Amino acid sequence: MSHAAAAAEFIADEERTRWHDQAVWYVRQKRDRAAKSLPEWETLRETASQIKQHTLSKLDEYLEEFERNATRQGAEVHWARDADEHNAIVLKLLEQKGTKRVVKSKSMLTEECGLNPFLEKAGIEVIDTDLGERIVQLRNEHPSHIVLPAIHVKKQEVGELFHEKLGTKRGATEADYLTEAARHHLREKLLAAGAGLTGVNFAIAETGGIVVCTNEGNADLGTALPPVHIASMGIEKVIPRLEHLGVFLRLLARSATGQPITSYSSHFHGPREGQEMHVILVDNGRSQQMTEDDLRQSLNCIRCGACLNTCPVYRRSGGHSYHATVPGPIGSVINPARDPARHKSLPFACSLCGSCSDVCPVKIPLHHQLLSLRGKIVDRKLLPASKRWSMKLAAMVLKRSWLYRILGFGARCSLRWLPRFLLYNPLNGWGRQRDLPEPATKSFRQAFRDRNRKPGDK
Amino acid sequence: MNVGLFIPCYIDQFYPEVGLATVDLLERYGATVEFPEAQTCCGQPMANTGCLDDARPLARKFLDIFSEYEYVVAPSGSCVAMVRKHFHDLVGDDPRLEGVAAKTFELCEFLTDVVGVEQVEGDFPYRVGLHQACHGLRELRLGQPSEIVGEPFNKVSQLLAGMRGIDFVELERTDDCCGFGGTFAVAEEAVSCRMGLDRLADHKQAGAQVIASADMSCLMHLGGLARRQKMPVAIMHVAEILAGRSPEEPVSGKPRSGKCRSDEA
Repeated sequence: MSHAAAAAEFIADEERTRWHDQAVWYVRQKRDRAAKSLPEWETLRETASQIKQHTLSKLDEYLEEFERNATRQGAEVHWARDADEHNAIVLKLLEQKGTKRVVKSKSMLTEECGLNPFLEKAGIEVIDTDLGERIVQLRNEHPSHIVLPAIHVKKQEVGELFHEKLGTKRGATEADYLTEAARHHLREKLLAAGAGLTGVNFAIAETGGIVVCTNEGNADLGTALPPVHIASMGIEKVIPRLEHLGVFLRLLARSATGQPITSYSSHFHGPREGQEMHVILVDNGRSQQMTEDDLRQSLNCIRCGACLNTCPVYRRSGGHSYHATVPGPIGSVINPARDPARHKSLPFACSLCGSCSDVCPVKIPLHHQLLSLRGKIVDRKLLPASKRWSMKLAAMVLKRSWLYRILGFGARCSLRWLPRFLLYNPLNGWGRQRDLPEPATKSFRQAFRDRNRKPGDK
Repeated sequence: MNVGLFIPCYIDQFYPEVGLATVDLLERYGATVEFPEAQTCCGQPMANTGCLDDARPLARKFLDIFSEYEYVVAPSGSCVAMVRKHFHDLVGDDPRLEGVAAKTFELCEFLTDVVGVEQVEGDFPYRVGLHQACHGLRELRLGQPSEIVGEPFNKVSQLLAGMRGIDFVELERTDDCCGFGGTFAVAEEAVSCRMGLDRLADHKQAGAQVIASADMSCLMHLGGLARRQKMPVAIMHVAEILAGRSPEEPVSGKPRSGKCRSDEA
């Protein structure tokens, strides 16, 4: 289903659309206040962007440096070419230990790889321990946002869900009560788990350590108890030095939720005593993305979600309308960049307002990348024929001033003389909710000629 | 100052009064204005759809027409951004591009940056909601977008602030997109209209009598929605206000959409 069709379905519920827009806009406002509390904000953005660009230019070296240092710290490093390889590595590690139950803190990468259904098929129970992710998991859904996975779910709906699945009181909506219930439910799962899976926000080449940012402390708990810790990361997550980390930590939480920093920034330098620690470096299309000059910078992304929160289209169409793990502007870049046929409508789910590029803490020129992806969609002949031919026709007319003038005159006359029911026919997408412009009797060029005609001229 | 006037195709066909106001304003500040008749469109609709091959001849034609002028000025941030920011994807190999891009200006920035106008004087005793058109704001930086941390500035409101009696209303969202977006307006009709209706509601709660913008394409979309909603608000291009037009004057022989009255009337 195209984004436009899915968005239209979402928008049909006007009240819900307004609620969603306001809930997400609220986060954008919090981000604005947090950003404005730092006078050096724009310098930080520029610095972060340059660190990322530098890292990408020597990615192979930094990844190998990370591997050496992580290994020295006692972790085992694995390399996965794609999602299948990643999932197979995880399964093998779990099978070696005979693990049947795992807990997982938030990781968009494992979502991208479809790890949960893969492990479940192999008879392994996977519990998401991030509250938002647990909610969508219990609802049998995917996250609709990369930082706020359940932003599309209302409190009342969480109450009903928890009543059904966790046995809370019917009709309960108080956040404290529901959170407490989830805490007890998750605590049991955490205690029983044989392995803890996490994502990675930053991997530091210099030290071989990884950093995971959470607000719930679930990554700490999920890795502190079980005997195995498996951390999955995209290869773009590496940064060169420990001193660079501060730049990103200052940007990440402020951009994501407007907090000065996440409640927990958990550093892992090798396994604790008696534990195994594995780090899986996943490519899954990233090195391909690096070869394209106009798209490379999208690998700067630190998954803060600020572009989603600011996007006027995302706010009014909901994350699920993108039919992709990562929705919003950044999702509309990385998904079609990897699989243009499947995600061909996403670069067009954008009014090119440019707010995403200005909000991005690592200065990805998102709206220009979306524009350049539109060209790639056309090159691969994936643009719907109606659009393709209307553009060809328009260009044919606009190349010829005389034809443009005649047709312009015709259009103005039709606007003036055609009855309303003919003008506002089902084919007129403009006119379903909007009136057409009031027809001017003269074009500007005619009016300008008349204005400059001296008295007595013909 | 010799100005080649670049009038976007939809203004030429549907909003001649905006073009005329632009001419009046430029002449008031001593420019000699010529309108090269061969012009049609900069190619933005095709380029924004990804059809670069269809847009290329139009970009080339633009350079043919405008490279001779001292300045090129248009009452549209979006079309000027096309020339300055996106023509290099189409005709980057053309030696004339750099020169043309450097001398092509949106009307307000031409007045503030080239002519050196601080404020425009005149009367406009109305409550005005200023719609920040995205391409002017974020591609040309006619003002400081709300996402960026830094000293606020805005070339459009700076010029308007000289009009006696003008009262800028306070919007809840100062620069959220209206949802026009070219072919987006039709391809993503549901989202586009929802965005536009939300903008209109913001101007309404703020008490705007006039919604003004430096880009007529946003106003075509917002005005079309407002008329369908029978919303009593006038829609005006900034050039019309600066040139001394009144929202009570009829346009093209018909009342301006959602005709409004000044508080003094």
